[in-house]
Amino acid sequence: MSGVRVLVGTRKGAFILHADGGRDKWEVRGPFFGGWEIYHVKGSPADPNRIYASQSTSWFGQLIQRSDDGGQTWSPVGNEFLYDGVTGTHQWYDGTPHPWEFARVWHLEPSLTDPDTVLAGVEDAALFRSTDGGLNWGELSGLRTHATGSSWQPGAGGMCLHTIIVSPSDPKRIFVAISAAGVFGSDDGGMSWRPLNKGLSSGEIPVPDAFEGHCVHRIALHPSKPDVLFMQKHWDVMRSNDAGESWFEVSGNLPSDFGFVVDVHAHEPETVYVVPITSDSEHFPPEGKLRVYRSRSGGNEWEPLTNGLPQRDCYVDVLRDALAVDTLDECGIYFGTTGGQVYVSADAGDHWQTIVRDLPAVLSVEVQTIA
Amino acid sequence: MISVILPAHLKVLANVTRDVQLEVPGRPTPRALIDALEDQYPALRGTIRDPATQERRPFVRFFACELDLSHESLDSPLPDAVISGEEPFFVIGAMAGG
Repeated sequence: MSGVRVLVGTRKGAFILHADGGRDKWEVRGPFFGGWEIYHVKGSPADPNRIYASQSTSWFGQLIQRSDDGGQTWSPVGNEFLYDGVTGTHQWYDGTPHPWEFARVWHLEPSLTDPDTVLAGVEDAALFRSTDGGLNWGELSGLRTHATGSSWQPGAGGMCLHTIIVSPSDPKRIFVAISAAGVFGSDDGGMSWRPLNKGLSSGEIPVPDAFEGHCVHRIALHPSKPDVLFMQKHWDVMRSNDAGESWFEVSGNLPSDFGFVVDVHAHEPETVYVVPITSDSEHFPPEGKLRVYRSRSGGNEWEPLTNGLPQRDCYVDVLRDALAVDTLDECGIYFGTTGGQVYVSADAGDHWQTIVRDLPAVLSVEVQTIA
Repeated sequence: MISVILPAHLKVLANVTRDVQLEVPGRPTPRALIDALEDQYPALRGTIRDPATQERRPFVRFFACELDLSHESLDSPLPDAVISGEEPFFVIGAMAGG
């Protein structure tokens, strides 16, 4: 019988949640790497037993863990993320040049076809690739050395490359998002890059419609429409119909267009999910009501999904990598909160249940659909 | 043999439950000791020294013989009592509250 494996990264370890296709009875395993920050855990689409995890602390730095048995056992692999060539500088908070300094891996993106190939998005913003299962990492330095790189500035959470999407229609096409530089795209497998921020407008930068400098929080696409991208920006939910060449706003009737997550239904490319957050200074849901919003029209018209979610006194946040969808016939939606809850809806958002309530703050949620 | 006491997280990574014993060739220094530690326990690579700079991580401290050796050069000689095995070399995670 089919089932799901939910991979949860938290401030104090990783957890793996199992259920069969009914998704109503759950087994919780963990913590793995207890006490360490686990920014992201993600399985290979080509081999679901191959899972990568980003493990770090301020004390002992960055490790990458790899499992070849679906998360039962783990081994540390390579953790040398050395910037290629002359490191150069980006802008610091005070506007002065600041050398690129590696801090941590925010996001791991395994190849769609090769379990040994995986991309890593890091802070300070850069993209690395391993082709040997994580043993060795090399920088795709065309991104960091882009002509605009010296003007990139960190957001409050650090200058992180947090989103990586490899186009399902063309493995050489890669989209990344950086806070606070914006979206960049490559059509040659990551060798060269260009900004894809036309149409974005951000009041927090001197030129609101600048070509880069935007605090993009997350982008997502549906495999059947690889040129349609959705974005949750610092403020504004955005859409592109031309692979990021231009963007337009689809925030519509959302109670707040600030937020972190965005994702697309597994089988309906025009069904999109976001979790509105009150504001950039109030990182909790509007009115203390935890609501996922769903648009079945590709944006603009949004409906709140509340059945089973707390509708009073709820002041958690949902971070950018903490929402995911499974690919079962009835699409499941999953998200985790900074309050340590992980929620699931087995019916595309109509009804929710709590899988686990008291984990450490959830940093990331990914789901594997197991045949 | 030099005895090294690791903090809890690094013991887990190295898969040890107590202090580790190291043979450090030549005139032992903190750098040579960490090189030997990483050779014997590859999972510890990059956890004590930054891989880019090869400097001690800011929140890692080195103690021995009731002295804080954290700010000594990595190439300075270890105390004789550490080299002889009478005293252990401590790798410590800096204190942090909250």
